[in-house]
Amino acid sequence: MAATKASKEQKYDRQLRLWGDHGQETLENAHVCLINATATGTEILKNLVLPGIGAFTIVDGHTVTGEDVGNKAQAATELLQELNSDVSGNFVEESPDKLLDNDPEFFHRFTIVIGVQLPESTCLRLGSVLWSAAVPFLVCKTYGLIGYMRLVVQEHTVIESHPDNALEDLRLDQPFAEFKNHIQSYDLDSMDKKDHSHTPWIIVVAKYLEKCVFVCVLLYNEMFFSSLQCIREGILKNENGVPEDEENFEEAIKNVNTALNPTKVPSAVEDLFNSVQCNDITSQTLSFWVMLRAVKEFVLNEGNGSLPVRGTIPDMIADSQKFINLQNVYRQKAMQDAATVSKHVECLLQSFGKPPESISEKDIKLFCKNASFLRVVRCRSLAEEYSVDSVNKDEITSCMDNPDSEMVFYLMLRAVDRFYQQHSRYPGVYNYQVEDDINKLKLCVNNLLQEYSLNVNIKDDYIHEFCRYGAAEPHTVAAFLGGSAAQEAIKIISHQFVPFSNTFIYNAMSQTSATLQL
Amino acid sequence: MADADEPEKKRRRVVELTEKMVVDGGDGHNCEWEGRWNHVKKFLERSGPFTHPDFEPSTESLQFMLDTCKILVIGAGGLGCELLKDLALSGFHNIHVVDMDTIDVSNLNRQFLFRGKDVGRPKADVAADFINSRIPGCCVIPHFKKIQDLDETFYRQFHIIVCGLDSVVARRWMNGMLLSLLVYDDGVLDPGSIIPLIDGGTEGFKGNARVILPGMTACIDCTLELYPPQVNFPMCTIASMPRLPEHCIEYARMLLWPKEKPFGDGVVLDGDDPEHIQWVYQRSLERAAEFNITGVTYRLTQGVVKRIIPAVASTNAVIAAACATEVFKIASSAFIPLNNYMVFNDVDGLYTYTFEAERKENCSACSQVPLDMHFSPTSKLQEVLDYLTESASLQMKSPAITATVEGKNKTLYLQSVASIEQRTRPNLSKTLKELGLADRQELAVADVTTPQTMLFRLCFTS
Repeated sequence: MAATKASKEQKYDRQLRLWGDHGQETLENAHVCLINATATGTEILKNLVLPGIGAFTIVDGHTVTGEDVGNKAQAATELLQELNSDVSGNFVEESPDKLLDNDPEFFHRFTIVIGVQLPESTCLRLGSVLWSAAVPFLVCKTYGLIGYMRLVVQEHTVIESHPDNALEDLRLDQPFAEFKNHIQSYDLDSMDKKDHSHTPWIIVVAKYLEKCVFVCVLLYNEMFFSSLQCIREGILKNENGVPEDEENFEEAIKNVNTALNPTKVPSAVEDLFNSVQCNDITSQTLSFWVMLRAVKEFVLNEGNGSLPVRGTIPDMIADSQKFINLQNVYRQKAMQDAATVSKHVECLLQSFGKPPESISEKDIKLFCKNASFLRVVRCRSLAEEYSVDSVNKDEITSCMDNPDSEMVFYLMLRAVDRFYQQHSRYPGVYNYQVEDDINKLKLCVNNLLQEYSLNVNIKDDYIHEFCRYGAAEPHTVAAFLGGSAAQEAIKIISHQFVPFSNTFIYNAMSQTSATLQL
Repeated sequence: MADADEPEKKRRRVVELTEKMVVDGGDGHNCEWEGRWNHVKKFLERSGPFTHPDFEPSTESLQFMLDTCKILVIGAGGLGCELLKDLALSGFHNIHVVDMDTIDVSNLNRQFLFRGKDVGRPKADVAADFINSRIPGCCVIPHFKKIQDLDETFYRQFHIIVCGLDSVVARRWMNGMLLSLLVYDDGVLDPGSIIPLIDGGTEGFKGNARVILPGMTACIDCTLELYPPQVNFPMCTIASMPRLPEHCIEYARMLLWPKEKPFGDGVVLDGDDPEHIQWVYQRSLERAAEFNITGVTYRLTQGVVKRIIPAVASTNAVIAAACATEVFKIASSAFIPLNNYMVFNDVDGLYTYTFEAERKENCSACSQVPLDMHFSPTSKLQEVLDYLTESASLQMKSPAITATVEGKNKTLYLQSVASIEQRTRPNLSKTLKELGLADRQELAVADVTTPQTMLFRLCFTS
């Protein structure tokens, strides 16, 4: 209905400015599974319901206790649904272990599964099922003042990573033909003062580059810097030696260094070009890799070693016409390059019998525009993390060399899981348990370090502290994790912005955090 | 009508669900139930190796937090809603909240204490109602006011103040208010007069949380450079050489609207009125067509006119949670508080950076010494005004300057009252010498960015 659409646009206006209508669409088509409606779980889900995910299902076999008011499956579902009538909520009053026993394929329908406060055994079982089904799995835990997240996804592609400080793609070091022609059309020396002072700085730099081109031997740093000097001096004085004081020339000086960054394929993208998925295209290959392969072909042929032109330029002092004309030179080249890439895409699709319409022009254009910023996130499976054969010893021991590293909390969480396996409870839940549990937990710690042959030392203070925590789930830590995890889930669902990989630890005591690769 | 019943039915169901959980406790508080504060008690009643040196485990801390501790939350928007909820669920049951705004539809994607039916009502009132009805025992008192409408008697009653503001000016005012409450005995700061200020801010996927102990640690003004002044497009670009769709929109807003007065004389452009935005949008499109500029959309028009900052629930949840953790730490002494500034960004993975912001020796707000300003006696008053507004460390909005000249208090320039502005405007083009000012003389400056008048010492350069 038109009315509903308009009111949704109003309601979601502030977030649409971040991920666009197409991003919002992916959210509205998503079905999120939350396992365990604890404080952490409901906080995460609240931050997904508010922005309007399509549907959620809570899986929780626990009954209500005094500590966790209104946080169990049905109660939680009703309370969360009430936050946003656009979202449909469901619940299953069953433990995840039971579901894994009787109907593991239950989990295949979800866009992402978020598991909260899961014991190790359940976590590993679920991890294995979801890995095989290629369903992204986000593990979250609030334990005392520590927050923990683990992302488990085999391969997650991101076209729109929206980098914070992207370099412009101006091609000043290798101007394409149309750009060269455009530069030729300017004669700075014969312009009147008004035109001269409203010439875009890109043209100014390009002109002086031409003058100094014979000294721009980029092999030798010394000569490179002296050519920069030449440009600066050239810009600052006109032919009569009278210094320029025009703003556009000042912009040119300011931007000379970054403008002369050599145009090349970023190493991250090169790595993607060299990956297996890019080179072994089959009819099953996702469109991301098909488009990437097409771009690779472009780079090797028509692009002469460069990616398709991005087509955008920053704002700069200039009169409207000069700016728009210059902008159009880049825009048209970008369209041209995208069309060339399109032909490569068509060829590839045809080669394994797929119709060329399988990948739209719109998608190809978006891909080309973001070619420098493509990212692929790959996380190891939980099985790999937990196996003695493939544990990431290097990461653990090198982090533990630094006394301030958050790695110690990861190890403590693993030790606490062991405690739970052995004693069917967490350490220090009741006051009378705290003192005895310190020794029991210490045994678990040593047992853990031994099993993985980890030659690290964990101070007794941490063991004491983790007994003190008594598996508490304080609300402010749950809320911090709730916001963090929800946004990571949104990144996974929308394929915009880059998810963390693969372990995130938040320490509310010091208000610090770390991302670890385990 | 079925539609009108639905929200009410839902509300009753929610209260029912919440009440189901309430069990009559034996300690006289009939809104407490077994295990309600278990999570919190572990931190208040148990000793540990990382606690604050002053911390003593005690069963009384929880009662203090529930009964006595008074917290003030400034702002009931994106951060405010989250803060109220976090604080209430952490055991703070005496909370006041101040917010001068009413609820808008665009708030609903993150300000979860509000529903569609609440649009138009004051945020403070609705937020307080929601928390009070859902969290048994919690008492939130709302104030539908500007922070400047409340005085020191009001602010002095709180143990801790948490800000979830969206304006630097308001932050600076709050900062100044708490500094003005400080008591010095023979030059020594009385710690009892310090009210900790916890400040949170968010913008899109970025945010920060900081702890300020007025008089002791870096204040808002000490780090004013962290809030760079808003960049506006140059007038000549807007007026004669637009290049971006934004320039076209500013043209319609700043030049066409005052000229054409499309909705009548004296009618100010209201960014919340869709008809006004539609008008600006149409005129922007025309302007853009003239110059072959693409990209003007209704959404962009609204964004430029209202200076909209994108926002999501998640960032607000994270920053509010960090702030609430600090409130808990300070109220309970359970842990050493954040020292003193944390930055958060989850555009690419999750990134936090924690550092100690330093006090500025000559901070315009907290250094207590009159600031020197250096001008030649032949400088014009306008130059002094420009310095006050443009300097990165002062960033005043519309300062009013007074001085004692020949024994009498003289207003040199004041912008906010039209008649006085007219009368004092000629002073701007007079030199400091002509105005009768002397070397080493004190100038008093008042501005919205500070509740107290700031003193400057005029130092003549040769």
